[in-house]
Amino acid sequence: MKIDNTQPLEYSTDQNQMNILGFWIFLGAEIMLFATLFATYFIYADRTGSGPTGSDIFEITPVLIETFLLLTSSFTIGLAINAMRLGRKNATLTFLAITLLLGAGFIGFEIFEFVHYYHVGAGLQTSAFTGMLLTTLGTHGAHVTFGFFWGLFILIQIKRDGFNPRTANKSFIFSLYWHFLDVMWIFIFSFIYLKGMM
Amino acid sequence: MKIKLALLFGLLTIATILAGCEPLLVFDTKGPQAATISNVIWISIITMAVVVIVVVALLINMLVKYRASKQPEDYEPPHIEGNPIVEAIIVGVPVLIVAFLSVISVMSTYSVEAVPEGYEDQEPLVIYASSSDWKWHFSYPEQDIETVNYVFIPTHRPVEFRLYSHTTISSFWIPQLAGQKYAMADMVNKLNVVADVPAEMIGRNSNFNGEGFAENTFNVTSLDPDEFDSWIEDIHATAEPLTEEEFTKLLEPGHLGQMTFTGTHLDFLPAPEGEHGGHNHGSSETDQDSAGHEETNTESEHDHH
Amino acid sequence: MEFFERFAVPHPSPLIYASMVAIGLTVLAIIFGITYFKKWGYLWKEWLTTVDHKRIGIMYMISALLMLFRGGADAVMMRLQTSVPDNTFLEAQHYNEVFTTHGVVMIIFMAMAFIIGLMNFVVPLQIGARDVAFPRLNALSFWLYFAGAMLFNISFVIGGSPDAGWTNYYPLASNDFSTSVGVNYYNWALQISGLGTLMTGINFIVTIIKMRAPGMKLMKMPMFTWSALITNAIIVFAFPVLTIALIMGTLDRQFGTSLFTSTSGGMDMQWANLFWIWGHPEVYILILPAFGVYSQIISTFSGRNLYGYKSMVGSMVIISLMSFLVWAHHFFTMGHDAFTNSIFSITTMAIAVPTGIKIFNWLLTMWKGKIRFTVPMLYSVAFIPLFTIGGVTGVMLGVASADFQYHNTMFLVAHFHNVIIPGVVFAMLAGMTYWWPKMFGFMLNEKIGKWAFWFVSIGFCFSFFPMYITGLDGQARRMYTYSESTGFGPLNMLSFFGAGVMAIGFIIIVYNVLYSIKNSPRNIGDDPWDARSLEWATQTPVQEYNFAITPEVESSDAYWDHKKKGYQLFKGNIEKIHMPNNSGLPIIMAGIMLVFAFSFVFYIWAGVIVAAIAFLACLIYRSFEKDDGHYIPVSEIKETENKNGGAN
Repeated sequence: MKIDNTQPLEYSTDQNQMNILGFWIFLGAEIMLFATLFATYFIYADRTGSGPTGSDIFEITPVLIETFLLLTSSFTIGLAINAMRLGRKNATLTFLAITLLLGAGFIGFEIFEFVHYYHVGAGLQTSAFTGMLLTTLGTHGAHVTFGFFWGLFILIQIKRDGFNPRTANKSFIFSLYWHFLDVMWIFIFSFIYLKGMM
Repeated sequence: MKIKLALLFGLLTIATILAGCEPLLVFDTKGPQAATISNVIWISIITMAVVVIVVVALLINMLVKYRASKQPEDYEPPHIEGNPIVEAIIVGVPVLIVAFLSVISVMSTYSVEAVPEGYEDQEPLVIYASSSDWKWHFSYPEQDIETVNYVFIPTHRPVEFRLYSHTTISSFWIPQLAGQKYAMADMVNKLNVVADVPAEMIGRNSNFNGEGFAENTFNVTSLDPDEFDSWIEDIHATAEPLTEEEFTKLLEPGHLGQMTFTGTHLDFLPAPEGEHGGHNHGSSETDQDSAGHEETNTESEHDHH
Repeated sequence: MEFFERFAVPHPSPLIYASMVAIGLTVLAIIFGITYFKKWGYLWKEWLTTVDHKRIGIMYMISALLMLFRGGADAVMMRLQTSVPDNTFLEAQHYNEVFTTHGVVMIIFMAMAFIIGLMNFVVPLQIGARDVAFPRLNALSFWLYFAGAMLFNISFVIGGSPDAGWTNYYPLASNDFSTSVGVNYYNWALQISGLGTLMTGINFIVTIIKMRAPGMKLMKMPMFTWSALITNAIIVFAFPVLTIALIMGTLDRQFGTSLFTSTSGGMDMQWANLFWIWGHPEVYILILPAFGVYSQIISTFSGRNLYGYKSMVGSMVIISLMSFLVWAHHFFTMGHDAFTNSIFSITTMAIAVPTGIKIFNWLLTMWKGKIRFTVPMLYSVAFIPLFTIGGVTGVMLGVASADFQYHNTMFLVAHFHNVIIPGVVFAMLAGMTYWWPKMFGFMLNEKIGKWAFWFVSIGFCFSFFPMYITGLDGQARRMYTYSESTGFGPLNMLSFFGAGVMAIGFIIIVYNVLYSIKNSPRNIGDDPWDARSLEWATQTPVQEYNFAITPEVESSDAYWDHKKKGYQLFKGNIEKIHMPNNSGLPIIMAGIMLVFAFSFVFYIWAGVIVAAIAFLACLIYRSFEKDDGHYIPVSEIKETENKNGGAN
């Protein structure tokens, strides 16, 4: 492996550069995936059958908490990558751990939210609207859950191996993924919750 | 290549002979809508035949002139990049052809959707054609009768078929009268047709809908308005009324012969239009939907001419 | 017992039982054969765990050919059933399953696989790379595709095949109307192989952008590589739509949601929309690489550079963008207003313009050339008129008003076979014959190959041209039978005859492979066709590392310039080469995925959970694994190079 020291560590080998480019392309595919979900959700937003509508079931408090948690975690993962660039291992680990904790909190509140929907009679099978709502939120939530475990393993590897082209590359790609989920959440927050509550 | 060309011409000959003995169904038109489409098809066939002939002629020219066996042993083909004039031609000519066909397409698409010319002033005869596995139910609300697997229409009067389905998506198609249109469970599509002449025609569902699909056909008869009226009177004199119980039985999957009833099922099982729109909004009273919905569904449902 | 009853085929027939026995015996024979010849080790080490793009490409192509025969058998059965009126060879339900599997197998598991196989073998060689960007991901792509294909094929003998058409429209595909597990199989088989395809898409874009030989600017790439780049971009943007559509279908069928139902607010046509937003780009995913293959072959056998290189690239880019803007033409008859139909009608016909540019550029490539009629060239030459006919009938279908008469008829069936067979299948056969010597070190027999060509192409004409006529005469597609009074009989018989001739053609191709393995000379040199692009600058057969020295390139016909103008491709000295290690993980993960999906199809939740945990364990293992590949030392490279007569 040729290591190019003029580049940041995460870009320092050819393979690393390809990994990052490949991941950007993967995010392009993810955008299509979420775009399809959103487009379908908008078509279904008023197709509530005999079930509740969005304004019947949406509650602002848990959604605001989720938004706060995820937005903050997007900030802390940025700090983690910044610390990594500065070569500060402990700071990186701390910020990464905070990010994951915030992520876990987000998942916890989302589960709480889903239970609430179930209790107010908005299950997966209730109507096309509720089905699509839970599918869209669920896809995002599954992404965050996957990201939580992914980040956890990266954290363990940094702790064990320190910074090298491999761990730096993984952390950087993970941060792209995490930011992406945050951006998707902003769309969900604005166009599903806020629009639905109005 | 020569064998293939001979083959092509052979097939074309077969096509011509077949067309000669008995016109193909979509060209054997009995109404203005089908006639419009038939003309469009012929225009496009001829235009496209010109394209195919030009390409084949160029290809034969290249293959005959530049085959290796005709060239001297030491011939080195030249290096030729593109040429702006040539490329302008190979872009420009297709653009013109496509533009020409686009105009034809747009004009004819609007024309076959509308009530045929000369019939706009007449009150159309409304017939609901609804499909179930694997039958067609024709309801005449105005005449208050219902038939299964056959439909009579008067000539020289616009007929507005309102299409929907009790089960899967099917496609209502009477090739000699007009092109097909889907019948779906959550909306009503409209198909305007006029029959010019009295005729016996075949109609069918052309959209695959399961095991009984192949036999999912119906008979269409167009007859003089007088005869149509007496047919209606006959039915009122002889047929049994259609009960809800009877109709539920009819909906069961299977095949039925032709049947006739007085009354229509619309009285107890309305079509998915207007307030019965299949979108099943618990709260909202009409089918004014989100923008996304309108885009993928259709205007025809909302548009009452 | 109740547990096992679910695996029974719902509509058994002697034909299905016979196939069960045949499949069982074949599997046993293969296992016995490998054991008897003690080939398990070789198979595992050299093929099942390989990450070499050339071997993965070959495995793709072998799988695709197997699927071609599966789908081809379906095709012949359909033509036989409809050859005479009121035939009773197949029952309606069985016929429905046959045409559904024919469509899915041919598009997803045959054509896609063959195209991706060709890209795998050719693209890294054409750009002077040692492998793809992510070799192990590439292996995973293949094995996921393979798992999907296997899953789909076992539906035939376990639980029942899907029966709602390859387009799988809801509500017909819902539990209410398609009661077997067939459509579950459809959802999961496409999901798994689609995942593999998406990975391929990412992999090849990065490969082509990042791993080109020095000097090979984007506009100096060989045309096949260009087509691969654009195709993979379409894959990345189209396949996620299918992913979502399949998830929604799975939710409807297996979790009781009402997303595509006609009740509770569901919307059946949303499936059709999503399916075709993926489905229409999908046909360009198939045809663009085929265009690339023809560009290489026509240029090689005309002895000329490709005419209008820039417009060739430009037209492909335009086609790829427009492919996302035409999907509604698959259901003009759904009841859109005339305005919407007009828009989609115009965009559809407009695609004919860039496609026409390509046809004329190929013709102009032959102009002033020196045309050699080899087997690959014969397929390419036949492609031009036949594809033009398919293309112009596509324009005819694009006229929205006229489509009301063509839709759902044999005219449509004739059209899309007319573009897919001369377009994609001919390209596969041409490309296979063309690159065969690079893959295996000997050539396919030309004389037998020409016989096969005539059978396939004449059979094609007889098989599909009559359908245009029966379509205009009102024969709907997917009818398992028709009555004599319709008059469809004679032309359908002609179609059956054509299908038989084509089938003979494909059997001749198999015979040709066997014949050539035995009889073809092995000392054919590195460049048997007198070709132009970089893949022919490698040794035959190609070494593991492709190029001992990374080539430097100055034009899109780099190897031609090397031969004619004495341009130096290989400068510098041999250095040690870094190569990725083989890995068993991809095949294991795909195997787990197969168990996962199979359990899901049958609602065996224990299997689903165990497989999901095992799959995640593989991911974790991969995350912690340190595998930097290995180096091939200079001495070893020199030895191989000398043994095979040197790189240059």
